[in-house]
Amino acid sequence: MVEDHIQGNVATDAASPQYKFEVKNLSFYYGTFNALKNINMLLHEKQVTALIGPSGCGKSTFLRCFNRMHDLYPGNRYVGDIILYPDNVNILSRNVDPIEVRMRISMVFQKPNPFPKSIYENVAYGLRVRGVRQRAILDEKVEEALRGAALWDEVKDRMNNLAFKLSGGQQQRLCIARALATDPEMLLFDEPTSALDPIATASIEELITDLKKKITILIVTHSMQQAARVSDYTAYMYLGELIEFGVTDAIFIKPKNKQTEDYITGRVG
Amino acid sequence: MQNTKNLQEIRRLIVRHKRLDFLFMVIGVIALMIAILSFIALFAHMLIEGMPRLSWDFFTSFPSRHPGSAGILSAWVGTILVMLVTAAAAVPIGIGAGVYLEEYAPNNIITEIIEINITNLAGVPSIIYGLLALGIFVYQLGFGQSILSAGLVLALLILPIVIVTTREAIRSIPIAIREGAYALGASKWQTVSDHLLPYSAAGIMTGVIIGLARAIGETAPIITIGALTFIAFLPPSPIKAEFPFLSFEWLTAPFTVMPIQMFNWVSRPQEEFQFNAAAAGLILVVMTLVMNAFAIYVRYRMRKNIKW
Repeated sequence: MVEDHIQGNVATDAASPQYKFEVKNLSFYYGTFNALKNINMLLHEKQVTALIGPSGCGKSTFLRCFNRMHDLYPGNRYVGDIILYPDNVNILSRNVDPIEVRMRISMVFQKPNPFPKSIYENVAYGLRVRGVRQRAILDEKVEEALRGAALWDEVKDRMNNLAFKLSGGQQQRLCIARALATDPEMLLFDEPTSALDPIATASIEELITDLKKKITILIVTHSMQQAARVSDYTAYMYLGELIEFGVTDAIFIKPKNKQTEDYITGRVG
Repeated sequence: MQNTKNLQEIRRLIVRHKRLDFLFMVIGVIALMIAILSFIALFAHMLIEGMPRLSWDFFTSFPSRHPGSAGILSAWVGTILVMLVTAAAAVPIGIGAGVYLEEYAPNNIITEIIEINITNLAGVPSIIYGLLALGIFVYQLGFGQSILSAGLVLALLILPIVIVTTREAIRSIPIAIREGAYALGASKWQTVSDHLLPYSAAGIMTGVIIGLARAIGETAPIITIGALTFIAFLPPSPIKAEFPFLSFEWLTAPFTVMPIQMFNWVSRPQEEFQFNAAAAGLILVVMTLVMNAFAIYVRYRMRKNIKW
């Protein structure tokens, strides 16, 4: 079933990376509104998967299922499974605490949302939530995360400055560092460059390509060029349905589905 | 030809619109002046009448039958002690209730009824609170006609203000900040204590101070619970020489407050007491203005580091 959506030889290639997530018959409801309809998909470990589609197609809704963000608001309902490997747990299960899921899967938001605290405290917050108190460990983790987000050299001399003093692109990299500090198993990006200028966007994209060596990434983007540049796999969604999913090159060069082709070539959306 | 004619018409139209602009500005300034001038007139009147009475002695003397030697010592000490009790009760309860309603309360009919009631509470006449306090604090709980009873009834009175400003301050924090905390695995309480409360502290403080500034001038509920109008001694000191150095005897002491002292003097037949009343009123207004100025300063200072 899942295989139906996958183009090329990825799914069967023995050398292909391991699966990190398996989405099985996932539907999602905001109250009575059916926002996601029976989605099936495999996410590969240490690869970038991009979600594209016109506004309102459900790509952000889908992304926010992965860290149970919808649990924050009443009236939301998941149907189906998202299986996390290698544990083989359904992260949408009622028995799994959403806080536990968020401890394992980090998220970077559409607009940079640093806390009104110092640069250091922003990055350290995830560790503080986990009860880390020793200064030496915090220092080390903060530096590691900032290096990982390619921000260390720019901020190492002003760790106690307020995060707001940074530029938009730096703030977004700070948010990435904040998400990285806790060694998550996956990073979710919700249109991370939509509020940034082209230069800052380029640096974030470079960072994403770099990060996938260590971590599984799922990114929502409204820019097809961005999906083509950074992702290994692409999923095209429309009106809550997964229309087509496969290797990015294949999707962009030779989409199977007429709807996907219309969107990619700019006739829709 | 056609164009010039159109242009002239447009110019006439603009002139007419600008006349309307000017008219509204004049009305606005008049409305503003009515509000400001009446306050200035009142204040000036008190200043002229009361200023000559203001002296160090006025602050350090107890009330007296002789207007010339009467002072407000028991009144201002009483006001400050009552305000302490009010703040100590209203701040934790008000913030707790506000945070609960904003972050924890389920979205159901009961919550809605509570919310509507809180808004209504702010409109209940203060003398009704006085009656409630007389029944519950003074007699049922046996606090007597004391500073404790007075502080608690004023706390009840300003609770709606504190709750509503707490909720508004929390609500003004962007959803992205809240979600950012949750996305890192923070629990509800961690989000509240590490983010929502610190970031809304300025707004909450403003609400508390404005509430206290309102409470400081309240007379009706205090009279209802039976504050004394003539009192020539101070409550026991809160600080003791021997261990544990703190004493709470003052909580149960009889007391008076500034507006009651004023009321007492105003109702005297001798004209000299009117000057005393004006002087006390002056000090009361200054106390309120200082509190409001402090609220503005706090908000400015705390918001300087927070930008959304």
